[in-house]
Amino acid sequence: MTKPAAMPWLLCVENLMMRFGGLTAVDHLSFNAERGQITAIIGPNGAGKTTVFNCITGFYRPTSGTILLTHPNGAEYRLDQLRGDHINRRAGVARTFQNVRLFAGMTVLENLLVAQHNRLMAASGFGIRALFGSGRYRRAEQEAIDRAKFWLDRIGLLARADDPAGALPYGAQRQLEIARAMCTEPILLCLDEPAAGLNPRETEDLGALLLQIRAEGCSLLLIEHDMKMVMQISDHIIVLDHGRKISDGPPAMVRADPKVISAYLGEGEDSEEQTELSLEQKA
Amino acid sequence: MNHGGSILAYALQQLINGVTLGMIYGLIAVGYTMVYGIIGMINFAHGDVFMIGAFLSLIALVGLAAIGITAVPLALAIALLFAAAISALYGWAIERVAYRPLRGSFRLAPLISAIGMSITLENYVQVVQGARVKPLMPLIPGGITLMNQNGFAVRLGWLQMLIVLVTLLVLAIFTWLVTRTPLGRAMRACEQDLKMTALLGIDVDRTISLTFVIGAALAAVAGFMFLLYYGSIDFFIGFIAGVKAFTAAVLGGIGSLPGAVLGGLLIGLIETFWSAYFSVQYKDVAAFSILAIALIFLPTGLLGRAEVEKV
Amino acid sequence: MSAAFRDAFLSALVALGLFGPIVGLQTVPAPGGLALRMRPVLVGVLVALVFLGRLLFLAFWQMRRAGGAKTFQPLLSAIEKAVPLRQTGRFVAPLLLLLALIWPFVVGRYYLDLGILVLTYVMLGWGLNVVVGLAGLLDLGYVAFYAVGAYSYALLAQFTGLGFWTCLPISGLLAALWGITLGFPVLRLRGDYLAIVTLAFGEIIRIVLLNWVSLTGGPNGISGIPRPTLFGLSFSGDGPGTFAGFFHLEPSPIHRIVFLYYVILGLALLTNLVAIRLRRMPLGRAWEALREDEIASRSLGINITITKLTAFAVGACFGGFAGAFFATRQGFISPESFTFMESATVLAIVVLGGLGSQLGVALAAIVMIGGSELFREFADYRMLVFGLALVVMMAVRPRGLVATRRPSISLGAARAISAEMVAQGRG
Repeated sequence: MTKPAAMPWLLCVENLMMRFGGLTAVDHLSFNAERGQITAIIGPNGAGKTTVFNCITGFYRPTSGTILLTHPNGAEYRLDQLRGDHINRRAGVARTFQNVRLFAGMTVLENLLVAQHNRLMAASGFGIRALFGSGRYRRAEQEAIDRAKFWLDRIGLLARADDPAGALPYGAQRQLEIARAMCTEPILLCLDEPAAGLNPRETEDLGALLLQIRAEGCSLLLIEHDMKMVMQISDHIIVLDHGRKISDGPPAMVRADPKVISAYLGEGEDSEEQTELSLEQKA
Repeated sequence: MNHGGSILAYALQQLINGVTLGMIYGLIAVGYTMVYGIIGMINFAHGDVFMIGAFLSLIALVGLAAIGITAVPLALAIALLFAAAISALYGWAIERVAYRPLRGSFRLAPLISAIGMSITLENYVQVVQGARVKPLMPLIPGGITLMNQNGFAVRLGWLQMLIVLVTLLVLAIFTWLVTRTPLGRAMRACEQDLKMTALLGIDVDRTISLTFVIGAALAAVAGFMFLLYYGSIDFFIGFIAGVKAFTAAVLGGIGSLPGAVLGGLLIGLIETFWSAYFSVQYKDVAAFSILAIALIFLPTGLLGRAEVEKV
Repeated sequence: MSAAFRDAFLSALVALGLFGPIVGLQTVPAPGGLALRMRPVLVGVLVALVFLGRLLFLAFWQMRRAGGAKTFQPLLSAIEKAVPLRQTGRFVAPLLLLLALIWPFVVGRYYLDLGILVLTYVMLGWGLNVVVGLAGLLDLGYVAFYAVGAYSYALLAQFTGLGFWTCLPISGLLAALWGITLGFPVLRLRGDYLAIVTLAFGEIIRIVLLNWVSLTGGPNGISGIPRPTLFGLSFSGDGPGTFAGFFHLEPSPIHRIVFLYYVILGLALLTNLVAIRLRRMPLGRAWEALREDEIASRSLGINITITKLTAFAVGACFGGFAGAFFATRQGFISPESFTFMESATVLAIVVLGGLGSQLGVALAAIVMIGGSELFREFADYRMLVFGLALVVMMAVRPRGLVATRRPSISLGAARAISAEMVAQGRG
């Protein structure tokens, strides 16, 4: 069964369910993410966003349901069944983490080179060519360094390439993590609360970076609490509440959806999101 | 070596022996699991505290006999208390000197320090007490015959019953301590989150010290019983007993007290049954292999809490 | 002041409790069993030592806090100017190499043997460093690979008559295979679970070697292991086909010892070279990434299984080489040489060296093995001091002698990374 190459769906989540013992974290969730778009998953705390995210990126095995990723060339991957490292290597899905997971004791440059591990391993003939310093491996290594430099330049860390990653300020660490994920040349970049802990200026830079990534052909999927950024850059928003989808559509529609407003309202008077949502509405 | 017509009797005897041995391992295993649960380190020297407990028991018994206290129950009680008290002191001193300065340091330093402590204790006892095996005449001989099948008599020794009872009693007291007292609550809080517990005003240093002290006392009880059961000790018994007890703790699920006891029983039973039916020389290989196989399928042990790393 | 006295007094009381029974009441054989020999004087001396020691320690601590640091500062900066610490690192390694190369010609037989012993441990340290230092896998049973290397050479030589140089790669290969076999069950284990299982495997090997008498000779071991040859020239006697005969020299046992020295030096340097090269390759970087953060590594598409297994295999291979060398040097092996103590010693060398540092490991081996040899005369007390030394070393310098990590690649000048930032590995 061939799918037409013009198929817009990149990611197709169908009836996803995740149960932890007696607790149903995600309940029959279905949604699609389009190629070349920024899709955001939002919702009040405890809505199950991180659980969905971890299922898509291969950290949880869903209780039931399917997650299908389709490449432009028609190749299909069942993300709910793929092994952890295959999610990146075969399916081309990269991710960042809520608590930044850099290789703190390695330099900024080394972090980006580790991301290109598989390409370098293949070029090194699994060690043999590299052991003898062959030209092909050296070329591949130089290419990898150039790719790293390209990204470092883009995020403004070229001058700190030889510093330990753990010594960078928080905002720079977050950007480095994104650059590292991009060095694996994914077709889908998943970001777990990328704006958490960033000041408004840093958030703006982050938004610009994500838009740039989209412009270059990589699709994005993110979880985020920063409503302003989400509304500004997303093409498609999915709203979860208590593990169920309550809204699905473009930002303008979601913003005005009464179900979404009440979900956030019901959380409490001082909900940041609720305030931001209502501010957005007035805008 | 099966006695043809007395298969059941033979097996029953091994069961009795295995449970007795398992209780001793269980007592040592509890000390390992407590320390690991609270500060996340393998106390390599714990097995040697068991050995010191055995030596202290021997010294006490010999000394009591020399000054004329020959009433067996009285002598045993005094020796047990003496061994437990001094071993507790050793446990406290080891933590204070070798581990506390390294707390918060990176993972491997305390491990090397513990290995160093273990080597130190073994050789310390070897130097001051001599390398020869030390014998003790049987103090609690006899027992009852449970059944007799085709000439094979299943014996349940008084000593075996005593060991099982004392172990159960000690564990019961210990469980009460952990679940009902403020100290126990403090210990469990430290296990969950050390920093937070300190911030809440609980004296973390004291809690950790007491964990080591109690663990050492339990190990001493195990040493005392080992001395009585086997009738001879030497400075090296701590190593292999320690490895097996830690194996038991891991098998049962580290951090879980019932797991430690369960693990101890399993190791004791495997060892006894393997020796009886297959070969004595490879009994340790059997125990270690079971551990390896069990961990392949249950990476956190039988009763262990699955460590879900937050992503 | 009185507080210090009280503290010291309490310490002395503790010492009394610790040493009183165990040291003061020695069990000695007597008719009918045992008797107790009292040694109050010895206990008194120990307690007094603890009392004084604690007082001195507290006094030193007080002085330091009161500004003793100020008195040391000018001294320290003077030393710093004379010997810039950052530069020393660059000189130490080549200096050591030079010393190692000329060693046989500047020392006598005793120190030559010591050199061989130290180099064997340096090689073992560099091998284990790949597993523990680079990949962060806590292996407490490294002696197993050492044993596999030694016994496989001994048995191969016995059954096939092949020489040392032919058997060496085979021993390494067998050890590597064993490393992979050992690696499989422990793939999913973390940190200390991994440690205990590897320790258990080490013990399994030792017990099997001890009891499988028909194959390994049991406690008697295997003897008559052939010595290595130099391009076919043997080192015994002075007839045709021997080293002495070929070079027209007076036959002397020292020739073989010197040859053995250069063999182990060569093997150790090979280990070092391969480890350094691997570190600069994607595989080595993957090992370090695994140590830093396994989850992040997996999310970047790194095959964790292969990464872990190759670390075990490479480390095991070098352990196997060292084992084969050990067998040929001694001419005789038995399970006694392959106990947990060996694993612990090599691990201590790696930790004392400073994880991942090649130079550190070499220095640590020299300090520990060399130091331990100095105590050979006090046979009984030797291991006691060794154990205490481990405890003291960790208290004083837990991060090891070389407490920095050198990046494997850099755009500009490579800057050393402080050890505090480098992860320890959870297995």
